[in-house]
Amino acid sequence: MTEIYLDNNATTRISPEVLDAMLPYLTDLYGNPSSMHTFGGQIHRKIEVARAQVAALINADPDEIIFTSCGTESDNTALMCAAESYPHKKHIITTRVEHPAVLNFCRHLARKGYRVTFLTVNHEGKLDTDLLIKEISEDTAVVSIMHANNETGVIFPVLEIAEIVTQRGAIFHTDAVQTVGKIPIDVKKLPVDMLSLSGHKLHAPKGVGALYVRKGTRFKPYIIGGHQEHGRRAGTENIASIIGLGRACELAGGNLDEEATYLKGLRDRLENTLLERCPDAMVNGDTVNRLPNTSNISFEYIEGEAILLRLNEYNICASSGSACTSGSLEPSHVLRAMGIPFSAVHGSVRFSLSRYNTDKDVDAVINVMPGIIQDLRRLSPFGREK
Amino acid sequence: MGEIKDAAAIGEVGSIVCGDALKLFLKIDRETDRITDAKFQTFGCASAIASSSALTELIKGKSLDEALKVTNRDIVEFLGGLPKEKMHCSVMGQEALEAAIANYRGEAPPVREKGRLVCKCFDVTEEKIRKIAEENHLTTVDEITNFTKAGGGCGECRPEIETILDSIWTLKPPGKPVKPKKLTNLQKIALIQEIIETEIRPGLQVDGGDIELIDVDRNRVTIALRGMCAGCLMADVTIKGIQEKLRELVSADIIVEARG
Repeated sequence: MTEIYLDNNATTRISPEVLDAMLPYLTDLYGNPSSMHTFGGQIHRKIEVARAQVAALINADPDEIIFTSCGTESDNTALMCAAESYPHKKHIITTRVEHPAVLNFCRHLARKGYRVTFLTVNHEGKLDTDLLIKEISEDTAVVSIMHANNETGVIFPVLEIAEIVTQRGAIFHTDAVQTVGKIPIDVKKLPVDMLSLSGHKLHAPKGVGALYVRKGTRFKPYIIGGHQEHGRRAGTENIASIIGLGRACELAGGNLDEEATYLKGLRDRLENTLLERCPDAMVNGDTVNRLPNTSNISFEYIEGEAILLRLNEYNICASSGSACTSGSLEPSHVLRAMGIPFSAVHGSVRFSLSRYNTDKDVDAVINVMPGIIQDLRRLSPFGREK
Repeated sequence: MGEIKDAAAIGEVGSIVCGDALKLFLKIDRETDRITDAKFQTFGCASAIASSSALTELIKGKSLDEALKVTNRDIVEFLGGLPKEKMHCSVMGQEALEAAIANYRGEAPPVREKGRLVCKCFDVTEEKIRKIAEENHLTTVDEITNFTKAGGGCGECRPEIETILDSIWTLKPPGKPVKPKKLTNLQKIALIQEIIETEIRPGLQVDGGDIELIDVDRNRVTIALRGMCAGCLMADVTIKGIQEKLRELVSADIIVEARG
């Protein structure tokens, strides 16, 4: 039995076209692009092709793209670089719902003496830009706000945010790991200074990411060593993965609108049917400004890990914001920041789709889910089912 | 699993806020005080559900006094182990049982309600921490978090848990008390040499001084101060400092003497 994979915000499968593009670089073309000889040197040109492919997806110039090892490295680099480039500024603004790659790096900077403002969100996971206007000052070095949230799929108004931030002379970084390849991004229209993206969220392999750095932005490398990436990111290039990321960006760019419509159709059918068939269930997050592939649903009175394990029996892969699955004792920081009641946070399940999902996958979930919910509620000391 | 409609005793622990909760139903034979049936309802992860199920299997047919001897460790054993971060699920089982029996006997629920609140995120009292720590021989804050969840939220109470643990284990050391290791003469000399090399000499060299180890005779360590240290007015203080360091790291009875 093959898996029914509905956890694409966690990671995605490598698309066959991407794998094909990568394979020569894992076999015959093993040279080092920094080498003098043609055998190695020719690979340098291939990296530049990949760079142009990544740049094209967000309408950037190729030399504004730096390849990194992952989304986390891109986020860390952006924050560190902004902080070090403006050493006299000691204030950072971010949100309470960021990915740990940003959240924990900001906490790290807080321990080093920075004042960090964590903006809150409302019940629908939406950010109030008035809060940002109130908090931003001459002392603000960097504002880092994600493009869309990984747990709820809620999209933040980055255009408005970018205008506020750049007007006040601070650096604006956005973690776009969940949006690149899912919704259109045009950095010629969006005045963002830095933008992070990750390969394995858009059908490229794990272990590769990129950071967009707008021309003219002060930059200091985070990983120091050789001259690779024009001295902006040292370390011998992860060639095969970089080639794969380039190809994945090209594929995503070619189908962006079509794919979004397809995913939204699947997602909405999944979501609406589950809400119809399962009482005491609700969608978490703003359903208007939302990624087309994500649905986060809370099933009251039961616990998420138990739901996931039951889904797992049917080979259905999803994830949850429950405490038991978070690796700590605290349930999802995102849903809690939104003020979702504990009972609903613990029973939250996230389905995230990709172009490889089909109607059959959605059918599988809507066939088994109501029974699972009913079983677990029978077992629960809370909320008797009518 | 499920409810017992005419249960003689009901024990409830945990809450939806904490992320796990257990409601235990007991049927009890009034003549013999024996548990004739046990069922549960659990809100929680697989480990919580499994712990609840193990508990009901363990106590069926037991008298109340026998059942009260069932500990969280019995539950873990019955299950063939639990991941360490899920130990609190087994503790919840034991607590639900205690609460149910107290409920049957018309007593106040044990432990949980009493005592000073230490962990405000998960409502854990000092008494519970002490009890679980002693029963399971827990010595670190992380272990306490695994077994009771205390300290696993905001983390503010972690220093307090540390203090509680200190107070428990300084009175009753866990297992064998740690005896200072008996060193052979050769080991002692090697250790002294190493400490002088790594801990003492670099400090002296900063001030242009140096040290030479001349002899070790039982607890008597003879050294010579060189460079700027030789004849320095503060030499006595330096020697005393060296003696302190060696007493701390090698043996408490060391005496350091200097030869000019």
